[in-house]
Amino acid sequence: MITDDNVRHLAKLASLTLDAAAVSRMRGELEAIVGYVEQLSQVDTTGVEPLTNVSGVVNVTRTDVPGPLIPTPTVLALAPARNEVAILVPKVVER
Amino acid sequence: MTTALQIASAVNAGTSARVAVTAALVKAKADTTNAIIRVHEARALAAADAVDARIKAGEQLPLAGVPIAIKDNLNLQGVEVTACSKILKGYIAPYTATAVERLEAAGAIVVATTNMDEFAMGSSNENSAYGPVKNPVDPTRIPGGSSGGSAAAVAAGIVPLALGSDTGGSIRQPASLCGVVGLKPSYGTVSRYGLIAYGSSLDQIGPLSTTVADTAVALQVMAGKDPRDSTSADRDATGIGSLPADARAALKGLRVGYVAAHEEGLAPGVRARLTAAKEALTAAGAVLVPVTLPHERFAIAVYYILATGEASSNLSRFDGIRYGHRTDSATTLSEVYGKSRVEGFGAEVQRRIMLGTYVLSTGYYDAYYKKAQQVRRKICDDYANAFASCDVLLGPASPTTAFKVGEKTSDPLQMYLSDIFTIATNLAGVPGISVPFGTDEQGLPVGMQLQAPIGNDQRLLAAAAGIEALAL
Repeated sequence: MITDDNVRHLAKLASLTLDAAAVSRMRGELEAIVGYVEQLSQVDTTGVEPLTNVSGVVNVTRTDVPGPLIPTPTVLALAPARNEVAILVPKVVER
Repeated sequence: MTTALQIASAVNAGTSARVAVTAALVKAKADTTNAIIRVHEARALAAADAVDARIKAGEQLPLAGVPIAIKDNLNLQGVEVTACSKILKGYIAPYTATAVERLEAAGAIVVATTNMDEFAMGSSNENSAYGPVKNPVDPTRIPGGSSGGSAAAVAAGIVPLALGSDTGGSIRQPASLCGVVGLKPSYGTVSRYGLIAYGSSLDQIGPLSTTVADTAVALQVMAGKDPRDSTSADRDATGIGSLPADARAALKGLRVGYVAAHEEGLAPGVRARLTAAKEALTAAGAVLVPVTLPHERFAIAVYYILATGEASSNLSRFDGIRYGHRTDSATTLSEVYGKSRVEGFGAEVQRRIMLGTYVLSTGYYDAYYKKAQQVRRKICDDYANAFASCDVLLGPASPTTAFKVGEKTSDPLQMYLSDIFTIATNLAGVPGISVPFGTDEQGLPVGMQLQAPIGNDQRLLAAAAGIEALAL
């Protein structure tokens, strides 16, 4: 059972500003999908180690050698709001 | 249709790379299926001249002058890349994906970018900011997804080779529905550096083409460890694309496993082709071995927990700050995030982010995410047991042939079920390929899927070449 309040909380966690219509639509869709995945409870997984990756690779490390970087102007040029040296965002600290 | 290998052979013999590239550019611009969303004419012609210069200087290149198209989730330096999402509109890639870089180094020339389901989330290519793609075989039908544009571009004869990505069937299902070859390599065979991530424990890049031989050469060029992708496997890729001289003869004695339960729920036309494939394999001397994958029926449920959980994390980077779409109507930082994302992401992407957030949230993690990881292990164990008695697995790539545009868009769950035969492959990390094997009673393509143990991509390709020979 998923409530509108659950959906609003999830939307906040997911950084999605959903309007009332979207919340109600999402609630129905999530309920249907969650109802479907409930079938996993039929599988006895007692003592089964969760599988996190199929490659078997653990903690890949490399030597810390400086390599080429994407130039700062190229990266800055991608930002929707910027000046010559920084990406701009709304003020986050109020006086 | 001229194959990639035929083009490369001509260019290596002195034919200008401009010939095939120009022809592909003309076809890409005249595309009527909406498979092509961007054409890179100037870049492609310059690259063709560079390949010509290399051939003149004495080089021989495995993909000399071969025009290719790439899915819109692969970074290509200096070009707009959007994953067919409004949230990435205007994003110019500052670097090129390793897989694309390796193909270009081998002489391939990127002529166009292909349409896809937004962020690779979809099975019909109807979830795209650029609109749906039509199946070249029947324009009233979908091409499959999410690499629908790449499959359609190859099927329509625009390019002989295209790149897709496959998280739960996104290369094999559209390949099957469009009548082309589509390979998902073993997890880790091809570097994902420069691929816009969806489900990182599942994603693989792979080729789509008209022949197994073209797919094999593309895999040979792309495969191998990449220090820029720590999940790329440290497996020796030498000879990974080598095919037997007589693919049909090589089927003799091959142990081909099949799951009897796969026949349930198949469209009649697909079932008929599966039966025909089994008979042809037996006639060619292969040994059919019944196997079971008892937990495969839980694969979709596992997938929609794990893939969405991973996606909710991977897609958190799209926040309107560093690139892509930023809302005009925010006054606070949290509004920038929330509104930019709602304006930028389509409905299916929002749905999967919400589901992923749900399964990862406090109180639900053990019941859903951890449970799914445990069942994933059981699915992997099933594959290991099956491969103890067979060399490759045979089955359908899709339960139906191409369905009608709009037929499944109103019910997300029905759409998810169209990946029933391809999802377990990704969960187990094994390689899978769809090879065209005739048509149904309406003339729509049917693909046969083969799978092999992880790391055995070469064995898979050899068997696929055998199936291809039997389909002729």
